Amino acid sequence: MPEGDYGKHGLTKEKLRQMLQKMLLLRKFEEKIEELFLVKGALIGPSHLYLGQEAIAVGAMSALQPDDLTVTTYRGHGHALAKDVPAKLCMAELFGKSTGTCKGLGGSMHVAIYPKTGSLYATAIVGSGLPIAAGVGLGLKQKKSKNIAACFFGDGAVNTGAFHEALNLIALWKLPVLLFCENNQYAMSTPVERAVSSRSIAERGRSYGMETVVVNGNDVVSVYVATRAAAERARRESQPVFLECKTYKMKGHGVYDKGDYRPKDEVAKWLERDPIVTFQKRLLERKLLTQTEINNADAMARQEVEDAVAFATEGSPLPFEDLKKYVYAEGA
Amino acid sequence: MKLREITYAEALREALREEMIRNPNVILFGEEIGIFGGAYKITRGLLEEFGPERVRDTPISEIAIAVAAVGMALTGLKPVAEIMYMDFLPICLDQLATQAAKIRFMSGGQLKVPMVLRTQYSLGRQHGSQHSQFFPSLFFQVPGLKVVLPATPYDAKGLLKSAIRDENPVLFIECGILYRTKGPVPEEEYTIPLGQADVKKKGDDVTIVGVSRLVGEALSAAKKLEDKGVSAEVIDIRTLQPLDLDAITESVKRTSRLVIASDDVRTGGVGSEISAAVLESSFDYLDAPIIRVACPEIPVPFSPSLEQMYMPNADKIVQAVDGIMGR
Repeated sequence: MPEGDYGKHGLTKEKLRQMLQKMLLLRKFEEKIEELFLVKGALIGPSHLYLGQEAIAVGAMSALQPDDLTVTTYRGHGHALAKDVPAKLCMAELFGKSTGTCKGLGGSMHVAIYPKTGSLYATAIVGSGLPIAAGVGLGLKQKKSKNIAACFFGDGAVNTGAFHEALNLIALWKLPVLLFCENNQYAMSTPVERAVSSRSIAERGRSYGMETVVVNGNDVVSVYVATRAAAERARRESQPVFLECKTYKMKGHGVYDKGDYRPKDEVAKWLERDPIVTFQKRLLERKLLTQTEINNADAMARQEVEDAVAFATEGSPLPFEDLKKYVYAEGA
Repeated sequence: MKLREITYAEALREALREEMIRNPNVILFGEEIGIFGGAYKITRGLLEEFGPERVRDTPISEIAIAVAAVGMALTGLKPVAEIMYMDFLPICLDQLATQAAKIRFMSGGQLKVPMVLRTQYSLGRQHGSQHSQFFPSLFFQVPGLKVVLPATPYDAKGLLKSAIRDENPVLFIECGILYRTKGPVPEEEYTIPLGQADVKKKGDDVTIVGVSRLVGEALSAAKKLEDKGVSAEVIDIRTLQPLDLDAITESVKRTSRLVIASDDVRTGGVGSEISAAVLESSFDYLDAPIIRVACPEIPVPFSPSLEQMYMPNADKIVQAVDGIMGR
């Protein structure tokens, strides 16, 4: 997009700087998690890193309103941070401490549950977030709210029954939901070609009578612009939009997975399209940011992650006797 | 208190209607509930009164139904979803067991899911294996969910109102064969708290715990037992989760004998859990083994006479009591 157009979409220098800052935070956070798992052995359990997909979470959340509600998956650290969930609360949750977003009861896969900032829910069951997002959209529409729902899911979800039932209902009842399919080409080790019968994932959105766009998921500006247009449509007309965002995982499915099942040249090709490296390059070329500003953003991100680790290390888990308190809600 | 005789179905409809008037956030949805008035006519007239935004017909999408409920509850609305047959619950078990029941805990108390999922079981109506199943004990394994089973019109109305007002996900299991039964229901508004069993008949010689349809059968059994000089106490469990174990143990401590009657399969059914719990807490008070009167370990047969033989009933309860008296 020509530089002159950035302004038209609200992409001021400051906004661009903020987006870069966020992407760097996501990257440093996930790299730290990887280190804590694999090098230091300080963390345990399943964890699914968002490395390489930062442009989608940041591009999307930058274009949504703070009170818009998001539903994401177990690969949700990126969405949480992009939706302004404090990094230290996320880190504490990963450490299983009572100071975490879910008081240590959810863990890595539910870090993104923090309704205070509109990061409403994160589910570990593939596909299950879609019908929940349908219900959220229905609730918002019922209350005549100006807010919309956004659901993030992967290519693995598009073959589940829940995906199909949700898309049908969302389109049928014209619910204000944005559906972001983060197609990173692999569901665990299964490539899209071996799982999806349709020629494309986007056509599944279309087949339900829904407006559908395909977006370069490694370009934060493209994601931002697409989201902005989709959100406006959803808000104004109460219509869903399906956005297939093509991207790639830098590493494997989970933190212990090396991703060796992917052809090396394919991995190399996608690493050249690193969303942060390419964004920085473009900002420098167009003189929208200086190298100093970029270095500062990098340093700030690192510091925020270090502070988060310190915060997480300090806390302790909930006392066991307290667990019963969280099973039922009080009151009627 | 002015009482009138209405059916179990009418009692449910009154509960839905009153709660919809009381709270504009109550939204109903399910298959055939709007224009058709409901497969069993429970929701008849509600679409006309409250409009299509609050009474929503859905496609055949059990996952979508159960989960539109979860999603809506997360936005602060009060969804009351209907799954037409309990046999279809496994289709949306993820949404119920893995999502709704666990969201409060997993979120460390940040979220709650105030929804009701109504369903019914049709055992006794020749609906065959796939439309007659009753398996509430499955949900003992799902902490976070409440499970309610009314046996009378009075209980149906009071419990449904409470279920709708509860802040947790409630599975409300109606009994299809009881929809047309009549019973006294007050004209004035009332609710019945969840988690509270009800002694439907006091007695001294044996405790019979009944679940849903078997409460009526237990009361019939109690009459037959009276003629034999046996005084039975009949307890209606009303809520399965949380279970009112105190009411049962208080009774067993007086009678020393326990029979549990329910329409599920005996192995791993409701009776198994109640049995184990009572044994642990009240072993010294028991004078005889605890007997479970339930269905055999066979899918429900269609053939009407076979289905009748398959189902628990008053005579089988009497037989069970006979077996443990005089010990």
